[in-house]
Amino acid sequence: MIQSEPLSCSEIVELVTEYLEGSMQPGRRLGFEEHVAICPPCRNYFDQFRQTVELGKKIEEDELPPDVRDALVDVFRDWRKDIR
Amino acid sequence: MSADSALLERLRDGSEEAFGEVVDRYGPAMLRVATLYVRDRSLAQEIVQDAWVNVLRGLDRFEGRSSLRTWIFVILGNCARRRAQREQRTIPFADPHEPSLDASVDPDHFFPATHPRWPGAWSTIVEDWRTLPQDHLASAQATAAFRAAIAELPARYAVVITLRDIEDWSADEVCTLLDISAENQRVLLHRARARIRSSLVEYFGSQAE
Repeated sequence: MIQSEPLSCSEIVELVTEYLEGSMQPGRRLGFEEHVAICPPCRNYFDQFRQTVELGKKIEEDELPPDVRDALVDVFRDWRKDIR
Repeated sequence: MSADSALLERLRDGSEEAFGEVVDRYGPAMLRVATLYVRDRSLAQEIVQDAWVNVLRGLDRFEGRSSLRTWIFVILGNCARRRAQREQRTIPFADPHEPSLDASVDPDHFFPATHPRWPGAWSTIVEDWRTLPQDHLASAQATAAFRAAIAELPARYAVVITLRDIEDWSADEVCTLLDISAENQRVLLHRARARIRSSLVEYFGSQAE
């Protein structure tokens, strides 16, 4: 039987990443889940946090500006000249 | 790792096409990460160039103990830190005008731990984002707010959240890159996310007014 760890709201907010990373000890994990299940503000906080992570994952990388890319190709050509 | 070694082979042979592939694959993230250290686009471009000079010169020494990507970003990080130090443009670790990064949520939002009935419980409202319009969170403005909030973070935090959440690196790879413990990585990531969340709360709040 896993003993659930009692957690306050101010503790919950510090533990969300640990929870999401799956790196919590079982007792603490149970305490976290029990708290969030019955505490509406913590449920909202948890959801906000998760949506924040989701938003980050949706950000697309821009391509390199052509002048930056060209400058890098020049770096490459200089290097190639040296090795040949 | 085998895709890496085929690419490496071609790079060492001086294939410009192979170089184009690695540059297109890693260049954008390199530029973004360099910008987190120096906050100046043209300086960041110089750092990326500098990093490639070192990557190319070091190709023969690369032994594949880490992935090609990690190795390239270690070199980039070294170039960026060196340059940032020289230019003294790194964001100071603790800006007195900034609320501390130590707490995920401003402690004023909770009852004190000594409160007789609600120790450490929320004393303020936490908005329910599930009631926001569907497209609100996925909007270009929300993305812009996210990026602006990253730019406000100290470099270490900004690099961790950029690599983990935007670039989708694993925790292990970020630990290797920054030479930090798993615990330390998680703390940096958590505080960065918590700060971005606060910024988004402010942003959505201002949208609602």
